[in-house]
Amino acid sequence: MRTVRRGARAFGAFWWDFLIGDTPELFVAVLAVVAVALLLRHHHLAAVIVLPVMTVVSLVASSLRGRRSGPRAPAEPAADPGPPSAGGTGASD
Amino acid sequence: MNPTSTVVLVLAVFGASTVEMVEALTLVVAAGVTRGWRSALEGAAAAVVVLGVLVVAVGAPLIHYVPIDTLRVVVGALLLVLGLAWLRKAILRASGLKALHDEDAIFAATSAELAGDPAAAPARGRDSVAFAVAFKGVFLEGTEVVLIVVSLGASQHRLGIAAAAAGAAALMVAVVGAVVARQLSRVPENSIKTVVGVMLCSFGLFWVGEGAGVHWPGSDLAIPAFVGLFAVVTAATVVWLRAAGPSSVPAPGPARPGTPTPGRAVP
Repeated sequence: MRTVRRGARAFGAFWWDFLIGDTPELFVAVLAVVAVALLLRHHHLAAVIVLPVMTVVSLVASSLRGRRSGPRAPAEPAADPGPPSAGGTGASD
Repeated sequence: MNPTSTVVLVLAVFGASTVEMVEALTLVVAAGVTRGWRSALEGAAAAVVVLGVLVVAVGAPLIHYVPIDTLRVVVGALLLVLGLAWLRKAILRASGLKALHDEDAIFAATSAELAGDPAAAPARGRDSVAFAVAFKGVFLEGTEVVLIVVSLGASQHRLGIAAAAAGAAALMVAVVGAVVARQLSRVPENSIKTVVGVMLCSFGLFWVGEGAGVHWPGSDLAIPAFVGLFAVVTAATVVWLRAAGPSSVPAPGPARPGTPTPGRAVP
């Protein structure tokens, strides 16, 4: 039971990190792109213009947010290799 | 599906797999050098087998049982999330606002940690620490590759080609790693990651639209057009952020001869 719970937690943590992580704005932006795509599916010209623009704007805005968010961890390696016996390898990117 | 999008699919999967396997190789080599090669290689091989099983177990049912339009919207959204995150990271690194992934430092830190582990490596039999580190390294790095393989492969009904491209990249990295007998710190990871991010975003946007019922002009030819669009936007954003100045440059790591300066010396 404990193993199942631990596995479920690790599974949830993986998806949380994968989908949201430190860029929740990108997750929200993609949800918005999907919603707009569904809304504009009968208005092809509008969709063809709006969807790429939304995607590009969200990328640029998120990059700007990354620039403004202040200094990050000094060096990735410090947080990267996990302990050999537990935790993980921190292999996020 | 025309040949152009198949080529882009193969390039995207091959590039993603190369980047992730280079990172995994660092951990496998660290475990092999410090604890013994046999257990490290067994751990890496076991992870590859599990990842292969995942591709078949998840990918095949997706192709056969999920309606193609639903699959394309979901897969497109996943690819967009992953692609945008990779591109953002690549932009910040290329702009000098985020430290580059330093395989040398990761190797040194992991080796030091493993060498200092109180559980001594057994003279015979399997070293569980080396096995676990190599397994986790390959499995965790490979999970993103599996997602990309399953997503791109299932949405285009090209699961075999996508899996073959990922396998070829993993094999190439393993062979090169074996030949040079060390981690591959000179691989231009950020450049590859940028290219793959551009491709993932292009496929993601294309599939979200297609799945929702939007008809892109030129059908599949929209994919290379998106590749061009994202490439131009990425390059422009990097130039812009560099010109805007380092408002949040991270403190540099310990400088070593031959170590690229964060964000600049991408080989």
